[in-house]
Amino acid sequence: MTKEYKTINEIKGPLLFVEKTEPIGFNELVEIRTETGELKRGQVLDTSNEVVVVQVFEGTGGLGKESTVKFTGDVIKMPLSPDIIGRVLSGSGQPRDGGPPIVPDVSKDISGAAINPAAREKPRAFIQTGISTIDGTNTLVRGQKLPIFSGAGLPHNDVALQIARQAKALGEAESFAVVFCAMGITNEEAQHFMADFERTGALERAVVFLNLADDPAVERLLTPQLGLTTAEYLAFDLDMHVLVIYTDMTNYCEAMRQMGAAREEVPGRRGYPGYMYTTLAIQYERAGIITGKKGSITQFPILTMPGDDITHPIPDLSGYITEGQLIVSRELHRKGIYPPIDIRPSLSRLMNSGIGAGHTREDHRAVSDQLYAYYAEGCDLRGLVAIVGKEALSERDRLVLEFADAFERKFVNQGRDEDRSIFDTLDIGWNLLSALPETMLTRIDDHLIKKYHPRYRKKE
Amino acid sequence: MEVGTGKVHRVAGPVVQATGLKSHMYDLVLVGEEGLMSEIIGIAGDKHVIQVYEDTAGVKPGEPVKETGAPLVAQLGPGILTSIYDGIQRPLPKLVEASGNFISRGLFVDGIDHKKKWEFTPVVKKGDKVEPGQTLGTVQEQLLIKHKIMMPPGKRGTVKEIHSGNFTVEDTICVLEDGTELPMIQYWPVRRARPSRAKQAPTIPLRTGQRVIDGFFSLAKGGTAAIPGGFGTGKTVMQQTLSKWSDVDIVVYVGCGERGNEMADLLHEFPELVDPRTNRPLMERSIVYANTSNMPVAAREASIYTGITTAEYYRDMGFDVMMTADSTSRWAEAMRELSSRLEEMPGEEGYPAYLGARLADFYERSGRVTTLEGTEGSISIVGAVSPPGGDFTEPVTQNTLRITKVFWALDSKLTQRRHFPSINWLDSYSLYDLTLEPWFVENVSPDWNKNKRRAMEILQENAELEEIVMLVGSDALPEDQQLTLEVARMIINFWLAQSAFHPVDTFCPYKKQFDLLKAILSFRDHAFEALARGIPTDVILKTPSKDALAKVRLLEDYEPELNKVLAQMESEFKTMS
Ligand SMILES: Nc1ncnc2c1ncn2[C@@H]1O[C@H](COP(=O)(O)OP(=O)(O)OP(=O)(O)O)[C@@H](O)[C@H]1O
Ligand SMILES: [Mg+2]
Repeated sequence: MTKEYKTINEIKGPLLFVEKTEPIGFNELVEIRTETGELKRGQVLDTSNEVVVVQVFEGTGGLGKESTVKFTGDVIKMPLSPDIIGRVLSGSGQPRDGGPPIVPDVSKDISGAAINPAAREKPRAFIQTGISTIDGTNTLVRGQKLPIFSGAGLPHNDVALQIARQAKALGEAESFAVVFCAMGITNEEAQHFMADFERTGALERAVVFLNLADDPAVERLLTPQLGLTTAEYLAFDLDMHVLVIYTDMTNYCEAMRQMGAAREEVPGRRGYPGYMYTTLAIQYERAGIITGKKGSITQFPILTMPGDDITHPIPDLSGYITEGQLIVSRELHRKGIYPPIDIRPSLSRLMNSGIGAGHTREDHRAVSDQLYAYYAEGCDLRGLVAIVGKEALSERDRLVLEFADAFERKFVNQGRDEDRSIFDTLDIGWNLLSALPETMLTRIDDHLIKKYHPRYRKKE
Repeated sequence: MEVGTGKVHRVAGPVVQATGLKSHMYDLVLVGEEGLMSEIIGIAGDKHVIQVYEDTAGVKPGEPVKETGAPLVAQLGPGILTSIYDGIQRPLPKLVEASGNFISRGLFVDGIDHKKKWEFTPVVKKGDKVEPGQTLGTVQEQLLIKHKIMMPPGKRGTVKEIHSGNFTVEDTICVLEDGTELPMIQYWPVRRARPSRAKQAPTIPLRTGQRVIDGFFSLAKGGTAAIPGGFGTGKTVMQQTLSKWSDVDIVVYVGCGERGNEMADLLHEFPELVDPRTNRPLMERSIVYANTSNMPVAAREASIYTGITTAEYYRDMGFDVMMTADSTSRWAEAMRELSSRLEEMPGEEGYPAYLGARLADFYERSGRVTTLEGTEGSISIVGAVSPPGGDFTEPVTQNTLRITKVFWALDSKLTQRRHFPSINWLDSYSLYDLTLEPWFVENVSPDWNKNKRRAMEILQENAELEEIVMLVGSDALPEDQQLTLEVARMIINFWLAQSAFHPVDTFCPYKKQFDLLKAILSFRDHAFEALARGIPTDVILKTPSKDALAKVRLLEDYEPELNKVLAQMESEFKTMS
């Protein structure tokens, strides 16, 4: 039997220091009961013969020296069964939808062991999101982790929702199961997500974890672990393709910083803990495909860059772990373009393995490169035009400049409910490129031009 | 030393304190009921400080800590090639067999197969005096790789018995007069460098087939290179490309705290790709360490040492070895994390004060050497650095640059323009430059160095001109400078740029590198001559042969096409007016 203790010696921020215990295991789940009978949960961070340090997820408010501490002798586990699909849970996994507790088929350790690299399958299955700037130029594949780097006040949530609604594999009717983890977002944002899930019926294939801005920050440290444990269950036990969306990673990292400060750790860059890279990696690396398993986990983390600064530790460390990034641009947003994804700093590192003949279409790589090259050149020319004026441009440069404008209006810009097929996306690309003389299409092989260029296709 | 048992006193993440131990620094111990692989990293009073290579969840004070009396060693012998290991040399496919798709704890697996039999062919005979490092016999480890079974360093004697036939690595293959029984396997403490007789000067280039590297910033065999760059600038792609095409016998690829999917990619690709020198699968000459970012940090810290130890072992057989480490920043961070858990005095940005010393010790294990046996072998090291925010002033980059001789500075501005490899040609350098020049003169062309310098000068001038262009536009420049801009653009786009994913262009032999650059420079000479004849720049720039040059590099059999283009160029300029 597990003993109960009333030997709390110190409470500091989210931490409890408990003395005179039996030997307690590292990382054990702890149950703490206040004098009024309220139950809180925590986890052992440091254990020795003298003192056990516990971090309390629901906050230490209401706890005192008289509170009782029970060490469960087990690590934190997530109860799982197929019934979890469609449920709305709190950031620490308790029902938040008024429904009954989950009756588990299995309970899984939420810390999630590392996938053996030798058991990983190379991700290569194209996912169609219906968004041209993703499908066309920054293609997502199953098993990838591709974050959205955004800024405060930008429509990243709409982009995420659109992806959740539209994501599908080519030629497969079956859509993705969605695990949605909210960390520290406002009630209003949460409503927005929930309303959309309900409107589109997405909730029927989703599991939602909600930790809101006024929920305890420490609880946030659990949320992605619970979400990803659920995702692993759906993917590798129930053979589903799972899309995990979490927002906002920045709030998660802030909670980590807060915990580090409470533990009086030596801070790393800008006050964030030195182990933040590893902690983030442990979450992000839970994306992937395992040899011989039918399911997959694709991750779509959203983070807002403090001060729109991409060198801030949160986007910086994320970029070092994820397989590319989509950048939401304030400038495009100001111009009224939706989704305001700037393709220039965006990148999908796994794009190559998911496109081309057999995946999307043979001209995909070439069209994408050509669009990218002239859009980037056009954007540079805008800078020059501001100095020397449009008149100073050569004929060719003027065409490129016009191309960049048209690209933003026709390719980047699309409706919030507009679900473009990859073929539509590529054809829009071709139409834009056909405004340029054929000799300028240097990145596209002649045989592809003959096959897909609108000029030749009309003749058919 | 007699091995005993102590008790866990405290557990905080990967660091454990224990009492009642007699172990020495860096000795291996087994922590807890599950016997988690761990290493002594500090001794304070009656407590030993231990880093645990596996997750410590559930470990309690009072659990046993078993001593082993030996430090962390690598198992060295036939069967290392083609292996995929974690940071402490556990074969990952064996771990899948033992515990499934996810890595679980407390598993001990040998680094090489102890049951497999290898055919051992002796080269010494009874009565021979044998010295440290001397070859006793050989084993055909791979079709093209003959593995030398050597006397362990520090061991000498006279052969009393030598066997030939099929043996496991544990079987005795040789007995010395003093009674020592020698098996094929050697155990070597990973934190200690394996000895060699003498270091040689770095006078031979390591051919990488990458134009910007071989042509501008070449690495010597036995040399060291740092490749720093922000995220997504191309460190991993470059290291994989170097592992594929460099002219070395053995490649040790250490994925240190990086992505699982990247390792999967490599593990799928290497068995399929063929080494251009030998026509055999690349995997046959490769050893992969994959300690990804989500695997335990202590094992990540060890992976660099395990990797370099296996590299040294093959060097000792007289092979040219290349070790790539992706990323040394993650290694440094592992040190920082462990150091902070030890509550050591932090140095710059929280890194331990010994960061520089550890980096130096690691890179010092590179080199072209005369082995103990008197043959020649080398280890070249290429280390990726991942500076926070892409800022090279941070401690890991700075400490690395103090040691490594080659600096390939990755530039995110080039990445954004999709110019790959995005090695900045103005900031990068190779300190082997001068020592390698004679080799190129002798082996490729007397003009190699001259052309390289000419190209560099053009690029330098280009950089200055570009600043002016930003202010006034290119039309405002005098004609000759406009020409220079165009020639620089050709060098950048037709020569420096090289796609790692193009089936032909991913590897470019020396001669092709030379011919392509020479062709661009010859365009330049024609162009300036025409300009001197009074022909306007815009006419010169419309030369069709100029654009035809762009695609030559994409051809495997490029010479006929190049000659055609050059002939065309010749006649175009002759008739130009
Ligand atoms: N030589 C190259 N040729 C073509 N494309 C390249 C080349 N190098 C890099 N790239 C492109 O850049 C992307 C990022 O490269 P890579 O993964 O090597 O970056 P990295 O520097 O290792 O980043 P991180 O630090 O985040 O690991 C690749 O996925 C690829 O699309
Ligand atoms: Mg990398």
